[in-house]
Amino acid sequence: MSERMFNDETVLQLAQGYRFQWEPAQNCNVLLYPEGMVKLNGGAGEIVKLISEKKQTVAELVADLKAAFDGVDLTDDVYQFLDEAYNNDWLRK
Amino acid sequence: MTGSENNNTPDRAQGSIGSAIGKVNDQIRQPLWLLAELTYSCPLQCPYCSNPMDFAKIKSELSTEEWIDVFKQARAMGATQLGFSGGEPLMRTDLVELIRAARDLGFYTNVITSGVGMTAKKVAEFKEAGLDHIQVSFQASSEDLNNLIAGTDAFKHKIEMAKAVKANDYPMVLCFVTHRQNIDQVDEILDLCIELEADYVELATTQYYGWAMHNRDQLMPMKDQLVRAEATAHRYQEEQKGKMKIYYVVPDYYEDRPKACMNGWGNIFLTITPNGVALPCHAARELPGMTLPNVKDMSVDEIWNGSSDFNKFRGFDWMTEPCRSCDEKEKDFGGCRCQAFMLTGNAANTDPVCSKSPHHHLVEEAIAAGKAEADKPIVDQKPLVFRNPRNSRKIVGF
Repeated sequence: MSERMFNDETVLQLAQGYRFQWEPAQNCNVLLYPEGMVKLNGGAGEIVKLISEKKQTVAELVADLKAAFDGVDLTDDVYQFLDEAYNNDWLRK
Repeated sequence: MTGSENNNTPDRAQGSIGSAIGKVNDQIRQPLWLLAELTYSCPLQCPYCSNPMDFAKIKSELSTEEWIDVFKQARAMGATQLGFSGGEPLMRTDLVELIRAARDLGFYTNVITSGVGMTAKKVAEFKEAGLDHIQVSFQASSEDLNNLIAGTDAFKHKIEMAKAVKANDYPMVLCFVTHRQNIDQVDEILDLCIELEADYVELATTQYYGWAMHNRDQLMPMKDQLVRAEATAHRYQEEQKGKMKIYYVVPDYYEDRPKACMNGWGNIFLTITPNGVALPCHAARELPGMTLPNVKDMSVDEIWNGSSDFNKFRGFDWMTEPCRSCDEKEKDFGGCRCQAFMLTGNAANTDPVCSKSPHHHLVEEAIAAGKAEADKPIVDQKPLVFRNPRNSRKIVGF
């Protein structure tokens, strides 16, 4: 894994041209981008949904998710997904 | 769309959609990618256009309402990507209305244009209607390129348009179709892209369908040109890392395995021609035995799931040898049906690009024929035949 390109204070947003939406025909959340689509699983869908709705720092995002998931600490999982999403150019600073 | 995008859309889609979209949908077969060829009208006459040779015969176009009805049906079947192409989609006066309707239905909307006729005002209207993405394909004959590089009015227009695209928060996505007559100018093309502050650049070699097939001898690049162009592209890729992403598509005639054309026949792609014919790819109209179902006569669902056209080459049972027993058949689906037909006369044959094909020599001969043409003194070389209604009528004979 390359060095992390963001930290707790970074405000991440969807990369330019990316759109998040619920797809009834796929029965899941997806990220749409020029000529492509990424299907997101449940947790990933929740994270990207929050990012698409609200401008906030990674720390605030983690706190929001913690609250949404009954206080379960998801920090590592969230960071793991954010790393992947960032490295895939789905997210930008 | 200009011929140039027509030419590269399937390939680009293989690269991006094919991998990203195809993977998530291996059980259900849905027309995820809808290509709406809104019109065959085009202000350009690119000799590498993949529109059918007889395009001038087709005069009628679906109405605004008919297009929107197609969008609704395809969307209900799971389509997410919608490409507006042609011809040149900007020739449709209802383009903004169509974008708005498609976006409201939840499509990710792409306009694939030559940029001719595009103004800052139009780009702003597209944005307001919800357009997601614009791909500008530059006509890049050496003459056009020279005009652009020399800073003519055409160049000023491109700069203005590029600024409008960026001002509306779209990434600047440029596409150049390369061939023997311009591929030596890859460095100039990329310098131009840098000047236009492009975010993504696609260098796609001409694929031989429609008009491009007719002009194959004149367009076929030479091996040494490709080696140089690829080296140049790689050098710029390094230099531009983090600023401009450059995609370099290797021409399939120089490969020894075929492309996974359309990510499989009738698998994720649905093309609707200007007059409403539904096709599994935009070149498939030329294949023998096609019934060419029209969205004016039946539903998109009936066409996609029930028509003989869309079922013709689904799965693997239609394959002949060497594909039938090949362990790579699930990777490339035997290549392109249209190419197999054009070169071997049988659409079920292995795409002759494959080195395992008994017809592979046809591809080598096509390359040799291109070289023989290039080696002739300039005065003896065949002129390029430009895509226009007059040539369409003359060549096809109607």
